[in-house]
Amino acid sequence: MSKDIVDLITAKAGVRNKKRKLNGKEKFWLIFRYISLAFIWFLVVMPIYVMVINSLKGVKNVYLTNAFKLPEKLDFSAWSVAWSGTDYFPQSISESMGRTLFFVIQSSIISAVIGSINGYVFAKWKFKGSNFVFTLFLFGMFIPYQAIMIPLVRIATTLDINKSIYVLVMAHVIYGIPICTLIFRNYYEAIPNELIEAGRVDKASMVRIYRSLILPLSVPAFVVVLIWQFTSAWNDFLFAIFLTGGSPKLSVATTALNFITGSSNQVYYGVNMTASLIVSLPTLIVYIFLGRYFLRGLLSGSLKG
Amino acid sequence: MSKTTKNKRSFSARVGGLFFVLPSIITVVIFVYGLILWSVNVSLTNQNSGGKKAIEYVGFKNYTDLIKDERFTHSLSNLVKFTIVFILGALVTGFIMALLLEKGIKGEGFFRSFYLYPMAISFIAMGTVFNWILNSARDEEAGGLNLALQKIGLGFLQNDWYVSEKGAMYAMALPAIWQMSGYVLALFLAGFRGIPDDLREAARVDGASESQIYRHVLFPQLTPTLLTILIILGHISMKAFDLIIGINGKSYVTQVVAVYMWEATFDARDYAKGTSIAIVLLIMIAIVVVPYLRYNNKQQAYR
Repeated sequence: MSKDIVDLITAKAGVRNKKRKLNGKEKFWLIFRYISLAFIWFLVVMPIYVMVINSLKGVKNVYLTNAFKLPEKLDFSAWSVAWSGTDYFPQSISESMGRTLFFVIQSSIISAVIGSINGYVFAKWKFKGSNFVFTLFLFGMFIPYQAIMIPLVRIATTLDINKSIYVLVMAHVIYGIPICTLIFRNYYEAIPNELIEAGRVDKASMVRIYRSLILPLSVPAFVVVLIWQFTSAWNDFLFAIFLTGGSPKLSVATTALNFITGSSNQVYYGVNMTASLIVSLPTLIVYIFLGRYFLRGLLSGSLKG
Repeated sequence: MSKTTKNKRSFSARVGGLFFVLPSIITVVIFVYGLILWSVNVSLTNQNSGGKKAIEYVGFKNYTDLIKDERFTHSLSNLVKFTIVFILGALVTGFIMALLLEKGIKGEGFFRSFYLYPMAISFIAMGTVFNWILNSARDEEAGGLNLALQKIGLGFLQNDWYVSEKGAMYAMALPAIWQMSGYVLALFLAGFRGIPDDLREAARVDGASESQIYRHVLFPQLTPTLLTILIILGHISMKAFDLIIGINGKSYVTQVVAVYMWEATFDARDYAKGTSIAIVLLIMIAIVVVPYLRYNNKQQAYR
């Protein structure tokens, strides 16, 4: 088995860095590397910095010309306006955020369960043609969803589920099957076949081997898939805009935000920045605490690891 | 698995697996492949106005109309410009990041975590900021990036960014590069660290200089990684949608294929046109992705 890709990335490359005195040239390169790293860091952080500081300037005093300046005094009023709205800023994102959380949790859990079962079969109970079927699944991961969108909208309309948020649960579960299957399959491939063979010798059924041997080992893969599905469904705009048709009653975080920042509210920069920040927080928090698992999901999408 | 155990496997062991994945197979076949065929079917008809009139098959008329449609060729050429700048930009930036980090450096984890965070945020949210930072006002009225450029003495670089036809798509590539460079970094870093240390040591013993080691020993080892990155960035770029919408809405100047499909479907209710644009997009992506999937499938077989 090849070394796990995330371990490779986070591996401490300490072997080549034995502690010793650096000569002049090496010192120069080390300083050069730190300056470059800091410069890139600055560029990467800048948009979030702009978001954060401009959300703390209140509702009125936010102009493009002072976009990079720190607030003179902290003013959290934009937060309450963005969260629950006021008379001059009627849209709010609290309701859409709640709705998004509601459907995203469900779609992630269902996706993880399906992915685990599929991954187990594709890794350990291969049937004739299973590799071909698996490749067919993978293609489904890369397609532009526009190519299925118009028929999908028609199906949703005919079945009358486009008036409920479950239409998005359905979409994310169905189109999440390939990536979730892939992540679990890769994870289960790494489990030694001997373990399964031992189970078979004991005449344990496929289901029992799964329940008593595989499932207890699956926690990390479940975390990866849950996080992946959570993040991609939370950030999804394409399915949301097509399937809910921009209806305010079904607005989710991204569609609500797009409506707010795209409408005539452009003058309230502070509120727009705050709303964008609030919408980004859930996925950012997940990244901060479970970044490693997020990275693994992300790299699975490249079919590596 | 050895051959003997394979032969011993009972009928239920061979087919039981299929039973459990059958629901997923049926779902994928219907909702991916079935709906693609359905889309193709719609694209061959005259359903141009919500479907009130009798549906007739018109052959490839919708596709030939697309070639003559100025708005479509415009969105296609926009997409090409965007893709070239985005792929090159993200590739170079991510590669530089990986070069700076690959040997290991104190604080690596800190830098790496920050370089990767943009991928956790939606482009609808980041669009608000980029829409603002890349504002086209200049000189006294300047804000955002134009102001920052003035401040550091690079005022001559002030730009209309995504507003004017000339450079709009190149400006649009900047936020995309900002978001995806971390991905390139991660893949290259894994590539670098997957190269056995012995290779470097051997070259060093042979008297190769550091730059020679990179050029002749390490870089050739990264070719498969490079291929993966090109495919991934390429298909992401061709699908560009919420990035564009988040920053500049449906504006004509920055319209790409996916956005034009949305406009044709939603605003004009021209489903035949919408599906034909989508199928063209699908074919473009399939040309890039299918060979990669086949290559990957073969690699798996050797594992």
